[in-house]
Amino acid sequence: MPYRQPALDLSPPVSDEVRKTTCYMCACRCGINVHMKDGKLAYIEGNRDHPVNRGVLCAKGSSGIMQVTAPSRLRAPLKRVGPRGSGEFEEISWEEALQTATSWLKPLRETAPEKLAFFTGRDQSQSFTSWWAQSYGTPNYAAHGGFCSVNMAAGGIYTIGGAFWEFGQPDWDHTKLFLLFGVAEDHDSNPIKMGIGKIKTRGAKVIGINPIRSGYNAVADDWYGVTPGSDGLLILSLIHELLKAGKVDLDYLAQFTNAGCLVNATEGSEKGLLLRDSAGELLVIDRVTGEPAAYDKAGVRPDLGASWNGHRTVFQHMAEKYLSPYYAPEAVAERTGITAARIKGLAAEIARVAFEEAIELRQPWTDFRGERHEVMVGRPVSMHSMRGISAHSNGFQTARALHLLQVLIGSVETPGGFRFKPPYPKPATAHPVPHCKVTPGAPLDGPHLGYPQGPEHLALKEDGTPARIDKAFSWEAPLSAHGLMHMVISNAHAGVPYRIDTLLLYMANMAWNSTMNTRQVIEMLTDKGEGGEYVIPRIIYSDAYSSEMVAYADLILPDTTYLERHDCISLLDRPICEADAAADAIRWPVIEPDRNVRGFQSVMLDLGARLGLPGMVGEDGAAKYKDYADYIVRHERRPGVGPLAGFRGNGEDVGRGAPNPEQLQRYIDNGGFFATHVPEEGLYYKPWNRAYQDWAVTIGLYDKPLPYLFSVYSEPMRRFQLAAEGHGDRQPPDHLRDQIKSAMDPLPAWYPPFGDAGAGEYPIHALTQRPMAMYHSWGTQNAWLRQIHGRNPLYLPEAIWREHGFAEGDWAKVTSPHGSITVPVALMAGLNSKTIWTWNAIGKRKGAWALEPDAPEATKGFLLNHLIHELLPPKGDGLRWANSDPVTGQAAWFDLRVKIERVPPQEQTSPDFPVIKSPVPKAPKNRLWGGEK
Amino acid sequence: MTQLPATPSKKKLGLVIDLDICVGCHACVTSCKGWNTENYGAPLSDMDAYGADPSGTFLNRIHSFEVQPAEGPSQTIHFPKSCLHCEDAPCVTVCPTGASYKRAEDGIVLVNEDACIGCGLCAWACPYGARELDQAAGVMKKCTLCVDRIYNQNLPEEDRLPACVRTCPAGARHFGDLGDPDSDVSRLVAEREGMDLMPELGTKPVNKYLPPKPKDRPAAEPLSPIADLQATGLAGWLDRLLEKL
Repeated sequence: MPYRQPALDLSPPVSDEVRKTTCYMCACRCGINVHMKDGKLAYIEGNRDHPVNRGVLCAKGSSGIMQVTAPSRLRAPLKRVGPRGSGEFEEISWEEALQTATSWLKPLRETAPEKLAFFTGRDQSQSFTSWWAQSYGTPNYAAHGGFCSVNMAAGGIYTIGGAFWEFGQPDWDHTKLFLLFGVAEDHDSNPIKMGIGKIKTRGAKVIGINPIRSGYNAVADDWYGVTPGSDGLLILSLIHELLKAGKVDLDYLAQFTNAGCLVNATEGSEKGLLLRDSAGELLVIDRVTGEPAAYDKAGVRPDLGASWNGHRTVFQHMAEKYLSPYYAPEAVAERTGITAARIKGLAAEIARVAFEEAIELRQPWTDFRGERHEVMVGRPVSMHSMRGISAHSNGFQTARALHLLQVLIGSVETPGGFRFKPPYPKPATAHPVPHCKVTPGAPLDGPHLGYPQGPEHLALKEDGTPARIDKAFSWEAPLSAHGLMHMVISNAHAGVPYRIDTLLLYMANMAWNSTMNTRQVIEMLTDKGEGGEYVIPRIIYSDAYSSEMVAYADLILPDTTYLERHDCISLLDRPICEADAAADAIRWPVIEPDRNVRGFQSVMLDLGARLGLPGMVGEDGAAKYKDYADYIVRHERRPGVGPLAGFRGNGEDVGRGAPNPEQLQRYIDNGGFFATHVPEEGLYYKPWNRAYQDWAVTIGLYDKPLPYLFSVYSEPMRRFQLAAEGHGDRQPPDHLRDQIKSAMDPLPAWYPPFGDAGAGEYPIHALTQRPMAMYHSWGTQNAWLRQIHGRNPLYLPEAIWREHGFAEGDWAKVTSPHGSITVPVALMAGLNSKTIWTWNAIGKRKGAWALEPDAPEATKGFLLNHLIHELLPPKGDGLRWANSDPVTGQAAWFDLRVKIERVPPQEQTSPDFPVIKSPVPKAPKNRLWGGEK
Repeated sequence: MTQLPATPSKKKLGLVIDLDICVGCHACVTSCKGWNTENYGAPLSDMDAYGADPSGTFLNRIHSFEVQPAEGPSQTIHFPKSCLHCEDAPCVTVCPTGASYKRAEDGIVLVNEDACIGCGLCAWACPYGARELDQAAGVMKKCTLCVDRIYNQNLPEEDRLPACVRTCPAGARHFGDLGDPDSDVSRLVAEREGMDLMPELGTKPVNKYLPPKPKDRPAAEPLSPIADLQATGLAGWLDRLLEKL
């Protein structure tokens, strides 16, 4: 054929209109441009102006069109008509659904509001849902943080007044060395990818510390394949090396942390607490005068080496602890799986970059003592971590250790280090404390969740038993700042600490991948008492999709998809701030639902009004808010401070101002978000920087400046230890005293994860990871994403592969102290030699998510959840101990220990569950765009 | 059977993909799928979309390879692959109908779907496996380098990029004129010793790959203690340390 070239239209119309909203394909809250053609959704791309993603978008975000058109979408309210678990439902009207819910919840509120347990999953409206639960009056509310990353959040807040992800970020523009400890690749995913690409392109180094070399660790310049659960030991060994060599930032420690405070050495009920003056201010010894002085007095130079009347500084206690040979690289090498030479080398590299490559920004600033600084000194070593180190029974202390490492080298809130995002920094003392006082017919006495400062803030009843169904803020988990959602069903089933009536769940797949011990939890949900009634009498569930959980509810309130709803990504909650700016965002209905579904929050406002809940009805008893959009605009949490900070008052007010009826339109016109920038002088050293603190007050983040010292030494933890030693009125039960004494070490510590107790018989660590292209169970219903991650073999390292003689195509039986699974395996070389792993939540139950029952997710997919119990194996002491962090109650998913044996190839993974009947119609066979068949 | 342009174009538009920072996130894969389902030619179908063997058309896919060097830990490479817009494109010359062609003005290899009979010869001839026959439309699909974006006057100038480049979170994908030695992409290729994929086949791909940088450096020299702790005890260590202040 001779050469010929057809004429092409190189400028076809792109779309009729672009609507800018916020993604919800995962929890990252990126800005998206939704292109519309002929009134229909055509294409989704990243919003270039948006602070989180700057125009880029991940695989999930770009696949949103397949989510909002997924055949798994629920279509109408449902009433269960068969037995629980049968999937037999009847479609009902919204009026019937709301009347049913009202008839269940109204009498409960008037008699025993604690009998409603309201727990939400991947909820981005926690400031709303918690307000609703508080108004209802139940103490039993939390979101999913307890089985996710509460250790990371609480460890950070108790130590430095913030943590990673929505609390803070590496200083991507200045950092020269970035350490990435165990991280779920779907957490903060676009910002981390953008940051890694940016700094590697610039020549900065990325170090990955993770048992598994996938994703971010694959591009890391150096990889440390650490053994699961030993990260804390590795970090404390790095600290040992840095202290021994004197490579710590003494000025920073003295000025900005409690390292210079004095630890009370007097025997008695105050022992180990920090000394205070008569006004209650922390005392230091001033290097200039040699005399005690309040830490924040003008001109004070805290002396790290001081001793005063036998009381020594925190710094000395810390040095004594970490200089111990216990933390020497040689002593920890075997346990961590990292050689002593590499641990020493890593410490040396951290020290070199922090101190020999220090940077200075020519930006004067004034600290909280009133001292003017001409430059901002930076230690350009930054760190990030999420679930990998968090989901262990030693995760809280490990998170504290990681923050201590950053603090020791003076990199937190300094150029090139880790930076807070507004509304952080915010110390634990500025957060609420837990509230649990129930009064029938009235709201709870305050917010459910918070940061206890000592035993007096535990959520206990007068008889000392836990006030909450999940036993959060009890002696078993004193600092459980996010609650313990993973314990709710088993506690409710056992009737311990008490029985409940109604379980209300939102967006949490508790009958499948979001629960430990899946099979028994399913049995708990369907179990009946002697009278034939369900042990958990009523279950209401709200979700947009036909997940495995749907079949186990009595009443289904179908939610909209993310493009069909209003939402606010609020400064009262988990906003979209960056280190340079306070920012929040909205979702708005860029398309209208084509089904009989309603946004969950609007439904809760309707239900709240029907129940007459304070705040949700006016003086005339009528509903106060038309829907969630109306609430977002008109609700005020404090006078002038509402869910959204932008365009308040006449449209010009920021942070504080009267409700503005035009606010949502102003957000839409602005691209779906609002941002206001931190002044230049306030960009670093935020916890101690007057310019930042004053700005934060102006926009309503604080009501007064809140400078504070970082807690190298945690007094709240010491207060719990004192109780366990017998001091004070509120005493732990005797069987918990030893656990509290050891777990609540006021200096970051390491102890073996509880799962290691079974290490003899179960020598292998088993983990899950979340792929960047999936979000929990949601990705599988998406026809594009399931083609990327439709299978999840169990990956084995070479050592285990060879030891057992595995060959390609083999399967394995994997057994933990709790159960067995039989699954396909694959070889992976880039893996800690004692660790096996698989992708999380790919395995599906037959009949769920509108997939065919022979979908590979249901025949070859599997969950490790079947191997993990919410309780530890019996120890022979007659007690059952929680498989959780003893400080926060965080679910210790990654403590899992297993043994493995080779089996021939199978047709079906085990355990295999019966097909559940689907409440949604059968999916089309093919997706063809313009005529589905 | 189909001729290439008589004079090869000076302009050679293509992609430069940085394997040192590609984290294998698949963002480019679905962004490409989304744009090209709505735009150039037939939509990209997904057969058995919710069943046992889902099989859709993709113009760009990511493969991950593990390499075990003789020394040190294994290396994982995430390798995005789409049409390389070869200068000597065997997929064009094999086409019996003239449907496959290489544009004279910028070198982009395209399929004129009106002339495509779906015979699949081009997919067989492409050594890179970069073409996929859409099972619903019966026509051959391949990367268009977003020819309907890069010149599109309806898009803001900053968006006149292939969808995969615009969306890449790590910034691992670059687009430009590899025929111009002074272009940003050509400079990047020169600086980073960018590579052709399977150059021995003589297809002269326009797209280039930037190789991963060497990883897993030897451990740095350990730090020196400021005091012999066993000899001086904590007090001696503290004195030496605080002397610095």
